[in-house]
Amino acid sequence: MNLSLLQSAAADNRWADLFPELPLALLALFLLVLEIVLPKRQHRSIPVVAILGQVALLVALLVNLRGGMTEQLTFNGLLRHSPTGQFFRVLFLVTSLLVSILGVVSLARQRMPRVEFFHIVMVVAAAMMLLVQSHHFVMFFVALETVTVGFYILVSYFRTNPLSLEAGLKYLVMGALSSAILLFGIVLLYGAVGNPALAPSGIAAGAMDFASVRQFLLAHPDNFLAQLGIVLVLSGVAFKIGAVPFQIWVPDVYQGAPTPVTAFLAVGSKAAGFGALVVLAGVFAPCKSLVIPVLSVMAGATILFGNLAALTQYNVKRLIALSGVSHAGYLLIGVIAAYYDPAALSGVYFYLIAYLVASFAVFGVMTHVCGENEADQELEHYADLAQTHPFLALVLVIGLGSLAGIPPLAGFIGKLMIFLAAFSAGLYVLLGIAVLGVMISIYYYFGWIKAACFSAWRLPTPAGEAVPSLPRTPVAWPARITLGTLAVASVVLGLWQGPIIGWLLAR
Amino acid sequence: MQLDPLLLAIATPLAVAAVIFAGLPKRYSVRLAYLGFGVPAAIALWLWSRFPAGAGEAYQFMSSRDLGLSLLGIKLTLGLNGISLPMFVLAGVVGLAAGLYAIQSGAERLKIYLALLLVMQGGLMGVFASVDIFFFYFFHELALIPTFIMVGIWGGRDRGYAAMKLTIYLTVGAMLSLAGLILIYHQSGAQTFDLITLRAEALAHPLSFTAQKYGFGLLLFGFGILVSLWPFHTWAPLGYGAAPSSAAMLHSGVLKKFGLYGLLQVALPLAPVGAAHWSGVLTVLALGNVLIVGIIALAQRDLKQVVGYGSVMHMGYAFLGIAATSVVGVGGAVLMMVAHGLSVALLFLLSTCIYHRTHTFDLTEMGGLARHTPVLAAFFVAATMASIGLPGFANFWGELTLFVAIWKSSPWVAAGAVAGVVITAIYALRAVAKVFFGPPTEAFSRVVAHVAPVDLRWAERLPALLLLGLLLFIGFWPRSLSAPLNSALGSLAPALAVKAAADPRP
Repeated sequence: MNLSLLQSAAADNRWADLFPELPLALLALFLLVLEIVLPKRQHRSIPVVAILGQVALLVALLVNLRGGMTEQLTFNGLLRHSPTGQFFRVLFLVTSLLVSILGVVSLARQRMPRVEFFHIVMVVAAAMMLLVQSHHFVMFFVALETVTVGFYILVSYFRTNPLSLEAGLKYLVMGALSSAILLFGIVLLYGAVGNPALAPSGIAAGAMDFASVRQFLLAHPDNFLAQLGIVLVLSGVAFKIGAVPFQIWVPDVYQGAPTPVTAFLAVGSKAAGFGALVVLAGVFAPCKSLVIPVLSVMAGATILFGNLAALTQYNVKRLIALSGVSHAGYLLIGVIAAYYDPAALSGVYFYLIAYLVASFAVFGVMTHVCGENEADQELEHYADLAQTHPFLALVLVIGLGSLAGIPPLAGFIGKLMIFLAAFSAGLYVLLGIAVLGVMISIYYYFGWIKAACFSAWRLPTPAGEAVPSLPRTPVAWPARITLGTLAVASVVLGLWQGPIIGWLLAR
Repeated sequence: MQLDPLLLAIATPLAVAAVIFAGLPKRYSVRLAYLGFGVPAAIALWLWSRFPAGAGEAYQFMSSRDLGLSLLGIKLTLGLNGISLPMFVLAGVVGLAAGLYAIQSGAERLKIYLALLLVMQGGLMGVFASVDIFFFYFFHELALIPTFIMVGIWGGRDRGYAAMKLTIYLTVGAMLSLAGLILIYHQSGAQTFDLITLRAEALAHPLSFTAQKYGFGLLLFGFGILVSLWPFHTWAPLGYGAAPSSAAMLHSGVLKKFGLYGLLQVALPLAPVGAAHWSGVLTVLALGNVLIVGIIALAQRDLKQVVGYGSVMHMGYAFLGIAATSVVGVGGAVLMMVAHGLSVALLFLLSTCIYHRTHTFDLTEMGGLARHTPVLAAFFVAATMASIGLPGFANFWGELTLFVAIWKSSPWVAAGAVAGVVITAIYALRAVAKVFFGPPTEAFSRVVAHVAPVDLRWAERLPALLLLGLLLFIGFWPRSLSAPLNSALGSLAPALAVKAAADPRP
């Protein structure tokens, strides 16, 4: 190995630029150390350390928000820091923080080791941040695998619960398949780009570098191997976002996984997939004529499948899983529209913010309205929630309303921005499908609200027989504050977007 | 900073609702609710008296605020013109009446009920004060959500089914109209949702025929579902039958007019050629409203269903006015909307009062109530006369203007519309006769033996007087509304003239 090359590469390693990722991973390791060092009685304080640590990191990140927005390559071209990356860093840090808070509630019901849960969540979040900032297929794949392997463990975390194990196995099989497809696509692209006979002049970096892939595609947009590679890579990413036809794992895995992990999958994994997709869409831009039809068919099918399949669900975890599939479809429309007008991406980002806020409100309520078996959450368990837990019912209504896209909630603004972008891109067919999807979705979202708020007729119980009690967990004050904040945020973001949209549009 | 009366009218009920949701004790909640319902009504009446006579098409009391979406051309712009002023007054007065009735109703969980009603009221004031069509839609949805919840929780028979059906129908309508609004926004090229700019743009560079055709079509069917255009009306009688009385009053009286108002203020001026294209279809559907739904109303045995179907039927007249695509037709439609809003709210209020005395809505089990409750009978007869369109009530002027406009476009259609008046007279007078006159039925005698019916209490009389008073005021002095309306309609004339020039028909 050439020593001077190594030196120049090392000079590129600006560790300080990995600000939230490195401290987050170190914090995760620190938790394990604490578990060894602290006496057993004080183990209960470790989740508190995890949560407070992440809050501190989030504050530091927000204070230093502008600092990370330098458009530059570090680590010898492995990473590219950008305002978009900074946005996703904040998004993932908030996600892992909220997952940790829900994890405390959920783990309290189980006899399980606690600390590893928080450890893995934080490591996965750090890997997601690296994924969306990667500028090289090696970095991309390593980060993606770190995320996926972490999820293998998290999904089957309740190892005494057969449904959780089943979900873990299904996710493992499907995840391995998707990784294989993705890797195959990367290899095909590498083979095409690295072919010296085809190399356009001026490719300096290696054949795995995003910039050189893009340059190659500009020169040879019709190369069959590269096109096949593009389709396979997009398929691999489609697994992560749960887009049709790679959505088959979604309902089972979402149902079996512990509820906080379901939330992490629904929000974190999906946002990471979209972060990666936005980056890749830019790289594959020279092959627009191939990428746009592929994504369009995917988006239309995803919206229709997600909404129609969710119609027939009575298990709320399967319901939210399938409705999540349809949200991936709406987001895909935004990604497609960005090919015509880059401003459409601001709609995607705002949609992700609104989706995060609303989803965690709903998942927070779901974490409280269930017993020890978290896979067993039926709509009928929500009966009379408004009478017994008015606070949870209010949060649920706001969360579901925002997911359904009803004004004045944040979800509506997200949908509006995406629809506006689709209109100016001229995607009328997709837009029609999306409007149809929203109409269908009202039925099941409202059905859930109905189950929770409108008192239902029930079989009269014979005298002397106890009324079957519904699984409910009392809401502790940290969860109460979190859920309250999320509900208020959904309303406020719907009424007043303030500087957020300006910032997103002005980038 | 200067106090903005329109913003105050919107924000007061919303703020009161927020305070009640935050956990104000019940005693104070009720007192504060008077403020929340009273302030918008007072502001609306005050602005009515202050509205300059020769305002022309210009909006008055304008203000504009950026809430973060200005890069997309969306700003919270508030203002009133001659078309929105009558609707704004209607929203304020019916809101106050519905609020007063709700406060005395003693509903379960009264606090939450009042808070939801206040949210609805805030949304309604916003709908008619918005100059920005994004916020116009936004406020409508804000008012719609509490309706679903109120039907679902405080509703009567079949409330679960009714709430579900209402939600699905109205959301579909809202989505279609949103798609239409976005289409027009995008096609106009003005990059703004501001209605004034959009109108100027549409006048300077009319939209292409295709855009107008699809835009008006989307808006027509979207808004049409919201206004219970035949054959998309089935949600309305069911929903009103199940809804608690105050929600039914506000929805049928005011919120439902959103669709018609949208057609008048947005669709007609921006897509006049599209309106001409759809006018034939609309005429047929609107005649369906008047004649078919009218005949259905004849067959009803349930008092609330009679009122509900009657309300659907009267929407047909307003649609016919729009289908005439003339200035007179639009003016008649606005007058009709105001008059119908007041009279249908009054009818829903009085129907519930009757129910409290007879313990049934079934017309075949009532009779002879007038002997026990003469005041209630007088009110109900007056409300019925108003809805038939007798001179002296506001409805008369609305129907008269509409018939003139419809006659000009097609005498045959006008004949159908006039036949509707006869149908109205039959079912409305039959209901009056069955409830109040004739010998008491066996079922009613049993109710009387159990609890003797008391006459209308003052708490019930006050909101009813408010509505009836305004009906008579406009009926005897229509100039109060028609003067600002006339000057605003002048602005529609050039847009409709464009239509006439581009109209391919001879």
